[in-house]
Amino acid sequence: MTDKQEPILRLRGVTKSFGPVEVLKGVDFEAYAGEVTALVGDNGAGKSTLVKCIGGTYSIDGGEYLYDGKPVTVKGPRDSSALGIEIVYQDLALADNLDIVQNMFLGRETLNKKTRTLDEAEMEHLAGEALASLSVRTVKSVRQKVSSLSGGQRQTVAIAKTVLWNSKVVILDEPTAALGVAQTAQVLDLVRRLADQGIAVILISHNMLDVLKVSDRVAALYLGRMAAQVKTSELNHTQIVELITAGRSGELGLVEATNGAAV
Amino acid sequence: MSTETVHNPSDPDVVADHEAANPAVNVTALIPQTLGGTFTSYLRRVRAGETGSVPGIIGAVALMIVFGVAQSSFLTTSNIADIVEQAAPNTILAMGLVFVLLLGEIDLSAGVVGSTAAAVAAVLSVKHGLPWELAILGAAAFGAVSGIVLGWLRSKLGIPSFVVTLSAFIAFQGVQVLVINSKSNGIQINDQVLHNLYFGRLTPSAGWILLVVSVALYALVKLAQAAQRRRRGLANEPVVVLGLRAIAMLLFGGVFVYLMNIDQAASWQQREGIHQRGVPWSSVIILGLLVVLSFVLNKTRYGRHVFAVGGNEEAARRAGIRVLSIRISVFVICSAMAAISGLVLAGQLGGANTGDGGGNTLLYAVAAAVIGGTSLMGGRGRVVDAILGGAVLAILANGVSDLIQGGNSSAYELIIDGAVLLLAAAVDSMSRKARR
Repeated sequence: MTDKQEPILRLRGVTKSFGPVEVLKGVDFEAYAGEVTALVGDNGAGKSTLVKCIGGTYSIDGGEYLYDGKPVTVKGPRDSSALGIEIVYQDLALADNLDIVQNMFLGRETLNKKTRTLDEAEMEHLAGEALASLSVRTVKSVRQKVSSLSGGQRQTVAIAKTVLWNSKVVILDEPTAALGVAQTAQVLDLVRRLADQGIAVILISHNMLDVLKVSDRVAALYLGRMAAQVKTSELNHTQIVELITAGRSGELGLVEATNGAAV
Repeated sequence: MSTETVHNPSDPDVVADHEAANPAVNVTALIPQTLGGTFTSYLRRVRAGETGSVPGIIGAVALMIVFGVAQSSFLTTSNIADIVEQAAPNTILAMGLVFVLLLGEIDLSAGVVGSTAAAVAAVLSVKHGLPWELAILGAAAFGAVSGIVLGWLRSKLGIPSFVVTLSAFIAFQGVQVLVINSKSNGIQINDQVLHNLYFGRLTPSAGWILLVVSVALYALVKLAQAAQRRRRGLANEPVVVLGLRAIAMLLFGGVFVYLMNIDQAASWQQREGIHQRGVPWSSVIILGLLVVLSFVLNKTRYGRHVFAVGGNEEAARRAGIRVLSIRISVFVICSAMAAISGLVLAGQLGGANTGDGGGNTLLYAVAAAVIGGTSLMGGRGRVVDAILGGAVLAILANGVSDLIQGGNSSAYELIIDGAVLLLAAAVDSMSRKARR
């Protein structure tokens, strides 16, 4: 299984401690453009810490952070978003009192060149385009207040926002956690389309069905180590669960080497 | 992009196939294209809890009917002109408060800060003999600096705004006494311009010109925006709706200017060439502030960020908005507006006195903003709300004080005012529930 493609995001031996607690013990992780990489792991395995290290909320203690093959230092959220990394948090961070367009452009509003005022027409146009590029049909009007949207629609808005900013890497933190069956299917569809646009999608999920349905690769964290990073097509449900709960599954996992040599 | 890698194991999806066969059209704004549609969608919004101006307008009309029936003198032109003038200081104070309320904060000190700023202006004008421009500038600067201090205490030290501004409310009453520093507990202003902030009137023709120019500018701006949207291929409000809005403004404004232009001086005064007519300066000040502040709130990046911080602070922070500066800035705007309000009040009272702006002054301004439709919980509000609410309160105060006579009249006034604010807050809470 050699990869022709270079990963857009690669972490090598990343460590992170909080005081005496070593949360990440030399994690290797790759994300590829146009693919959905599912990041799985039990509570406390270090998923959130890893994501926050990628996003720059935490700075890494050791190891390498390579972006597009080049080592970079990410010291804060601004650095990571400058690289084109967007994180869609579970609590979505949308302002209820603003409409969809206003939320999608929040903090990066387009200004009219002549009058230096908000260019609502341009923003509405671009937001509509971004939603269309993901074939979003669940939203009726881009001028709806976010407070009137369902959970799935909110998730859609949050994800569509990343398209607007030409993100290269999009991290989705449990996007289907609070959704019903139909809405989950819609959001997973959206995740797939996001990847089909050439974006490297990192999907954090506890739902194995979601992982199997939508991801191209699975990266399983186990107690601060990467148990395995494998193509989803080579795994079944049981193996993923074993990787999550025991760190190994047959040939796969931490017994072979810390580096997932079985890949 | 990823055609080489085999996607798994998503089974052939009927929905996906269907969607591939029917490429999505751009999602746009859903704007009703007929007059009836506009009306029904407005009704639907109101029923869904976006009550906006409705309670305020109903309140104003109901009060006018009640007082008009109860007292023959209520709907006379001179009384209406009085109400318009009396509403001004409270309205201006409420306009500034809207910014603070949008962030879910409160500024209890604004009334006292405003009157202290007016005292600064009075001292500059009377004791130092400075021209009125510098006096007003001094008052505004005093207000702005107070706002910086309040905002800094709130956002840097994280003290709840209720506590910060309550402390300031108490402390500034002392500052006010020190600034005035007079045995008679007041400074009479003699500058005519400072008086005119409250009592000044436009000439009748100037009022009409102002009305026509304002409505024309409004229509032009709206048409320009519509043209911009059309160029982008976006849906627009039907032109009829815009036309009706402009006509409604013209009608309402026309009635207003007409009433204000009727000479309210007694007939013996008129015979001696004394006239009392025209649109009050204070109304022009309010109109100007409305345009400027609404522009800031709705058309600039800053205004958008104010709404965002009020709606979801964490979202705003993650979007890279400097929450801290936004929070300080709304206190600065509020205190500066309070200074303008204090100046108009000083014009009304003929000077700056200790105790001005204290008591319930600020609470009436909060009431005005809330009655107009601004939420106490943050995230929702408009500058125009303050004008509507200010009008309702002025009608109420004027009507009640004439209606209820006798020894305990002021006691009844307080009870009624309190009940009205409670009613407004209840409407706010209920509409918030409806929106959920």
